[in-house]
Amino acid sequence: MLKLDEIQKRLLREVADLHQVPEGAYNIRSNSQSAGRQSTANIEITSKEGVSGLEVRIRPGTKNESVHIPVVMTQSGLKELVYNDFYIGENADVVIVAGCGIDNCGPKDSEHDGIHRFFVGRGAHIKYVEKHYGSGDGSGKRILNPGTEVYQEPDSYAEMEMVQIKGVDDTDRSTKAVLQAGARLVIRERLMTHGEQRALSTYDIVLDGEGASADVVSRSVARDSSFQRFEAKITGNAPGHGHTECDSIIMDQGRILAVPALEANNTDAELVHEAAIGKIAGDQIIKLMTLGLTEKEAEEQIINGFLK
Amino acid sequence: MLELRHISFEVRDDGPEKEIIHDVSLTVPDSRLVVITGPNGGGKSTLARLIAGIEKPTEGQILLNGEDITGWGITERARAGIGFAFQQPVRFKGITVQDLIRLAAGRALSLADACDYLSRVGLCARDYIEREVNASLSGGELKRIEIATVLARGTALSVFDEPEAGIDLWSFQNLIEVFESLRRDISGSSILIISHQERILNIADEVVVLKDGRLTAQGLREEILPGLVGTASAVPECRKVSEKGDAVC
Repeated sequence: MLKLDEIQKRLLREVADLHQVPEGAYNIRSNSQSAGRQSTANIEITSKEGVSGLEVRIRPGTKNESVHIPVVMTQSGLKELVYNDFYIGENADVVIVAGCGIDNCGPKDSEHDGIHRFFVGRGAHIKYVEKHYGSGDGSGKRILNPGTEVYQEPDSYAEMEMVQIKGVDDTDRSTKAVLQAGARLVIRERLMTHGEQRALSTYDIVLDGEGASADVVSRSVARDSSFQRFEAKITGNAPGHGHTECDSIIMDQGRILAVPALEANNTDAELVHEAAIGKIAGDQIIKLMTLGLTEKEAEEQIINGFLK
Repeated sequence: MLELRHISFEVRDDGPEKEIIHDVSLTVPDSRLVVITGPNGGGKSTLARLIAGIEKPTEGQILLNGEDITGWGITERARAGIGFAFQQPVRFKGITVQDLIRLAAGRALSLADACDYLSRVGLCARDYIEREVNASLSGGELKRIEIATVLARGTALSVFDEPEAGIDLWSFQNLIEVFESLRRDISGSSILIISHQERILNIADEVVVLKDGRLTAQGLREEILPGLVGTASAVPECRKVSEKGDAVC
């Protein structure tokens, strides 16, 4: 695939399920260089002027097309800040797959900070998938700080799946969204931290138009001595629905802090927050052990299912 | 064959309040269906949990096919051929019905095979196979899935702890058929059911009555059952009366 070595290919498989050059539009960024890019008749990818990053323009009415923009880093000590803007035309319906894989075998920290802004046109529909993955046994940390901003025009729909299961030492994720009338935002976050890792995730969602709705669900597992903070704020400025949920399992000496915040500025803004943190239920482990699994195997199955 | 020899189970004073088993000796022979009945709080479920290894007896021995398994853990006993269906099935977020049945079978299972186990417990497989074993399923649905996991294991000894609890009348008819079918195909394996239900007692080879943690009667169904009919140990379907006075199955 392009000019990538085996480690880079493995990272691409982990973060974007890519086994070959994707169909449709793509840009593959490897160690701060573009390793391949393709635009299509409906999706144009260009480099930003002045700063590092991309502009992705999707024509109105584009249907059933996808954009892949994975990032892989294998050079220890690399630190980059990238701005990617997505302009999704009215009534388009597309899938955008991002994601970053870092393999750090060296002593220096590797860091990728990606700021993604989505301008979702009226009636448009996007599914955004972002996976993070770290590997390598160097002493340098693997750091990912994604910033996501979503601006949704009336009656648009955005579904965002954000996954970080393994190997990222430090994450500070910030997600902001502003929804106009009738727009809907669905976010599913899955996170697992282990070792001494730290992961912060902050949401700030504003329902600005009548009938806007947002549903944010985070499922996470904190193992070993890792720490997670989940901070979710929904502001309802108009009649609409907002729901956030933090459902977490803690193991070993893991720690999780869930900070809900709801701000209703309209009597018809219905906002709900749910949070549950606890260890794996003992009867779940016992049930799987009665099926012949060891305690450890039972734990793994429960966590795999929980984060699926 | 399962043998319990002089099993006692006590809970320390500072522990949670639990039923206590006093010197229970019991044999579940191969190719036999044994039903343990008796009043609520008599220690039936505790005995089932002792057999599965979830609790450890304070005294006595448990033997499976002649081998002393008293010190064995839950996993070892499961692998040695003990299947256990919980009275209150456990819920799992994210684990689907299909996942659970595959874990129970311990092997890659075709979709058709997984569906077959569900059909046997009266569930329309297509509607359930991809669903999560979570709170979106009703008590009766979870119960039938629980029984399907034991069927999928195909163990030499299958223990069912009050399979009828929480199941509606329609499902109960189905359930009886499941156990009747298990009874027909019992060859070489054995089944132990904890139940108050007369229709389940009716398909038993042997009946054991446990009251206040002690065996008060034990023998062939023909000998024991006539003395139980009409008592809390053998209630006709939907005649069991709850503490609140509601008729439940």
